[in-house]
Amino acid sequence: MVGHYFDFDLITHFRRAILMSGVLSGLNAWVLQRASAVYLLLFALIMPGYILYLDIDSFNVWHAFIASPIISISWILFFVSLFAHAWVGIRDVVIDYVHSFRIRLFILSMIAVYLIAMMIWVVRILFIPTGVIA
Amino acid sequence: MEKQKRPVFLNLWQIRFPITAIMSIMHRLSGVVLFLAIPLFIYALQQSLQSEAGFQAAIHYADSVIIKVGLLIFAWSLLHHLLAGVRYLLLDVDFGIERTQARFSAWSVIILTLILLLIFAGLFL
Repeated sequence: MVGHYFDFDLITHFRRAILMSGVLSGLNAWVLQRASAVYLLLFALIMPGYILYLDIDSFNVWHAFIASPIISISWILFFVSLFAHAWVGIRDVVIDYVHSFRIRLFILSMIAVYLIAMMIWVVRILFIPTGVIA
Repeated sequence: MEKQKRPVFLNLWQIRFPITAIMSIMHRLSGVVLFLAIPLFIYALQQSLQSEAGFQAAIHYADSVIIKVGLLIFAWSLLHHLLAGVRYLLLDVDFGIERTQARFSAWSVIILTLILLLIFAGLFL
């Protein structure tokens, strides 16, 4: 296996850069998955409970709730954690079932673009009530 | 890589999985369901924040039977993934790593998920 890395070509380069090392794989991915899991867990316990406790039943109250600084920031952090967590999880699934490296690279690239697009969508949604985006 | 010559037996209908393996499969399955639900969730959030009418539509989603079923699948996936995830975090720090304990916690996750799902369905569906 190790010798394989020494034949340099573009695909091997991608393999090393994107899948086998780098920011979002290996031990870093493992840590990222656990750290994001803890935030997602806390958010899933606290946020729905808090919303139910406040008994939000009108659009204006809901809009003002989401627009408040701490709530909007905690929602943005939730989505950042969610997308990081989803990336690591889906990446593991794709690596397990898609063995052709080129197809794997293609699928993972599509998923990365998809998740980045989702993040931009979320930022637009959450920043409109706060007035950051008109 | 050298081609594997050893015999491979992967008949999923004949392999008997221990509960901990089933746990692992369900964690992955629920994770994929949640991944697929992401855009639906964001869409609901967007609609609820767009206008009064959108907000009213969003809080009445569960009036539709199809969405009820969807919410049930989503809720099961979320509850299972969350509880199984806590179990894995505890296993990561070597808590409950013994086989009998790991099997007990696996069953606990499955049963607790179903109890919480019933409570969710009773309250919101």
